[in-house]
Amino acid sequence: MSTIERPTSARRQEPPKGDGNVVHQSGSGKKAIVYILLIFFSLLYVYPFIIQLVTSFKTNADAVARPLSLLPSPFTVAAFERLTDTDFPIWFFNSVWVALIVTAGRVFFCSLAGYSLARLKYRGRAGLFTAVLAVMAVPGVVLLIPKFLVLNYLGIYNTPWALFVPLLVDAAGVFIMKQFFESIPISVEEAARIDGASTFRTFWSIVLPMSKPALITLTILSFQGSWNELGHFIIASNDPNLYTLTRGVASLTSGALGSGQQFPISMSAALLMTIPTALVFIVFQRFFTQGANAGAEKG
Amino acid sequence: MTGEGRVTGSPRRPGGSGGAGGSGSSLQRQTRAGWLFVTPMIVILSLFLILPIGMALWVSVSDWTGRGSPFSSDVGFVGADNYTPLLVEEGLSRQDFMISMRNTFYYVLGVVPLQTVLALTLAVIVNQRFLKGRTFFRTAFYFPSVVSSVAISLVFLFLFTGTGAINQTLGLVGIDGPVWFSDARGLLHLAGDGLGLWSLDSPPDALTGTDVAGLSLWEWLAGPSVAMSAIMLQVVWTTAGTFMLMFIAALQNLSADVEEAAMVDGANRWGVFRYVVIPHLRPAILLVLTLGIIGTWQVFDQMYVMTQGGPAKTTLTPAYLSYQAAFNQQQWGQGAAIAFILFVLIFALTSIQRYVLRDKDESAIRKAAKRQRVAMSNERTGS
Repeated sequence: MSTIERPTSARRQEPPKGDGNVVHQSGSGKKAIVYILLIFFSLLYVYPFIIQLVTSFKTNADAVARPLSLLPSPFTVAAFERLTDTDFPIWFFNSVWVALIVTAGRVFFCSLAGYSLARLKYRGRAGLFTAVLAVMAVPGVVLLIPKFLVLNYLGIYNTPWALFVPLLVDAAGVFIMKQFFESIPISVEEAARIDGASTFRTFWSIVLPMSKPALITLTILSFQGSWNELGHFIIASNDPNLYTLTRGVASLTSGALGSGQQFPISMSAALLMTIPTALVFIVFQRFFTQGANAGAEKG
Repeated sequence: MTGEGRVTGSPRRPGGSGGAGGSGSSLQRQTRAGWLFVTPMIVILSLFLILPIGMALWVSVSDWTGRGSPFSSDVGFVGADNYTPLLVEEGLSRQDFMISMRNTFYYVLGVVPLQTVLALTLAVIVNQRFLKGRTFFRTAFYFPSVVSSVAISLVFLFLFTGTGAINQTLGLVGIDGPVWFSDARGLLHLAGDGLGLWSLDSPPDALTGTDVAGLSLWEWLAGPSVAMSAIMLQVVWTTAGTFMLMFIAALQNLSADVEEAAMVDGANRWGVFRYVVIPHLRPAILLVLTLGIIGTWQVFDQMYVMTQGGPAKTTLTPAYLSYQAAFNQQQWGQGAAIAFILFVLIFALTSIQRYVLRDKDESAIRKAAKRQRVAMSNERTGS
C-alpha cells in the first residue's frame, strides 16, 4: 500500500502532454485516475472484512452504536467464548472432516475419470464425455429436492454418509482434469506403456506427478466447494449434530442461540469460518508458483 | 508391473517384446481400464444426479406427500396437477410463483450488467503495467469469491442494518439511508414517484386494475425492492472478482504491441479501448454474461440466510420458493414442479444464447474459458 502515493507524485513532474507522442499524453492524468479508483475499490473490498474482524471483539452495544469505528471499546472476546459454549465446535468439526473426505475423493476420482476420458481409447468414450458435459450444465440449485428424494430413498438421509458421498465426484472436476491431461505430451506415457507398465501404474506414477498444477487447482476448488457448500447440507440432514458450519452459522441469523441481534457473535462466527478458506488460499499460492513454473520449464 | 494384475488383469498383454501384441490386446486393455477408471464417476453421478432428476420428475407429476417411498402403490399419478396451480390456475401458488419470477427477473437484470462492468473495470485497473503491488489488489478483489456466501451474508446483514456502516457512510454525504432489509418498496415505484409519474400512496388505477398472470401491472412494474437491491449489491461485490480474473486473462492475451501500434497510429486511449480492447474481449464478455445469467437465476443462499423471501415476499426467488414449498409446506409435487420450471428456463436461456452466438463465438468462448484457467494459475503465481 505504501507504494501508492509515490508514483503519482513522481510522475507529475513530467511535462504533461508531450510532443504529440500519445504514450506520454496518457501519462500522469491517467495514472492519477487509476490510483484514485484503485484506492476507492480497495477500501470497498477490504473495509467490510476489517469491520467484520473488529466487530468480533466488540460488545453488541458498541457494534450497534459505532459500526464504522475500528477500535472496540471495550475490547472483549465474549463473542468467541459464547460460540464455544454452543454447537459451533461440532459444526466446525463436521465441516473439517467432510471437506477433507470430499477433497480427497474428488481429486482421486476426477483424475481417474479425466484420464480415462482424455487418454484411453474405448468405444463409448465420446458419449460418456458428452454426458459429463450435459451433467455439468444442470443447475445445482434445481437438484436440491431431487437429491433429498434420493438420499431419503437410499435410507442415508440424516446419516454422516449423506453429507459427503453425493459430493465425491464433480463433473466440472472431471472436465478440468481431462482438459489438463490432453495438454501434456503423450510420448512419456507411450514409452511407459511399451515398457509394459499397466494403465493404472502409468497413470499413478507417471501422469499424476506431471499434473501437479491441475491437481492443486482441483484440490483448492474441491476444498472451497465443500467448505462453502450450503444447499446440499440443508437437504442432507436436519440433525443438529450433523450441521456443518454453513448450515449452523446460517441458523444464527434466525435467532438461534438467542443471537438475533448479537452482531459480534455472528461476525466472529463468520470470521472463524472464513479463516480456513483464507489459509488455503494463501498457502496454496506457493504451490501454484511451483506448479506453474514446472509447467513453464516443460515449455 | 505389480499394478498390472490389480487393475487390468489382462492375460493377453503383449509379452516382453514391445508392440508385438498388436493393437488388439492393447485396445482391449484400454477398454477395460477405461471403463474401470470412470466407474466411480458413473456410479456417483448416476446415483446423485441422474436418478434424482428422474425421481423428481416423477414426484412433480404425483401426489406424494413426503411419507414413505414415492414409488409405493398408494402414490398416484396426477398429471400436470402440480404445474397448473403455478402457471394457469388463479390462486396463492401462482401469485407466489409469479412474484418470485418477477423478483428474480429484476435481480438478473440488475446484477448481470453491474457485475460485468465492475469486473471489467477492476480487470482494466489491475492490469495497468505501471502499477506496483498488482498481486495484492488482484487478491483483494478476488478474495470475496472464495469466502462462504453464508459468512458474507452475515457481514452484509450487519453492514446494511438501519444504523449500520452503509447508512452511516451515506449519512456522511447527507443521504438518509433506508432500513434496507425491511424495505419492500420497489425501486421502479420509487423512481416513478420521484419523477412525478405516479404517487406511491395512490398508484394509477390503470396499472393496479390490470391483471397479468395473477399479478397487477403495478406489481409487475415494481422493480427490485430496496431489500433485494441490498442483496444485489452484495452479490455484485462478491462475484465481480471471479469474472475479473477472466477479463484479466483475456487482457493479458492482448499483446502490448497491438495496443501500442494502435496508439502510434494516432488512436487515443479511449479509442484503443473502444476499438481494439473491447472487440478483443468480446468472447470473454459473452462468457461472463452467460455464466452470470445462469448463476443469477439460481440465487438461493442469500435468501435462505438473510431474508427468507421477505419483506413482503420481495426477495422470494423460484429456487427459494421451491425449497420452501417442499421442505416447509410438504408440498413435494409443487416444489419439484417449480424446480423443473426453473431448470427449463435456465436451459432455454442458455440454448437461446448458444443459438444467437452460434459457432463463431462458441470456439472463442471455449478459448476464453481455457485462458481463464491459465489466469487462475497465473493469479496464484503473482506474475
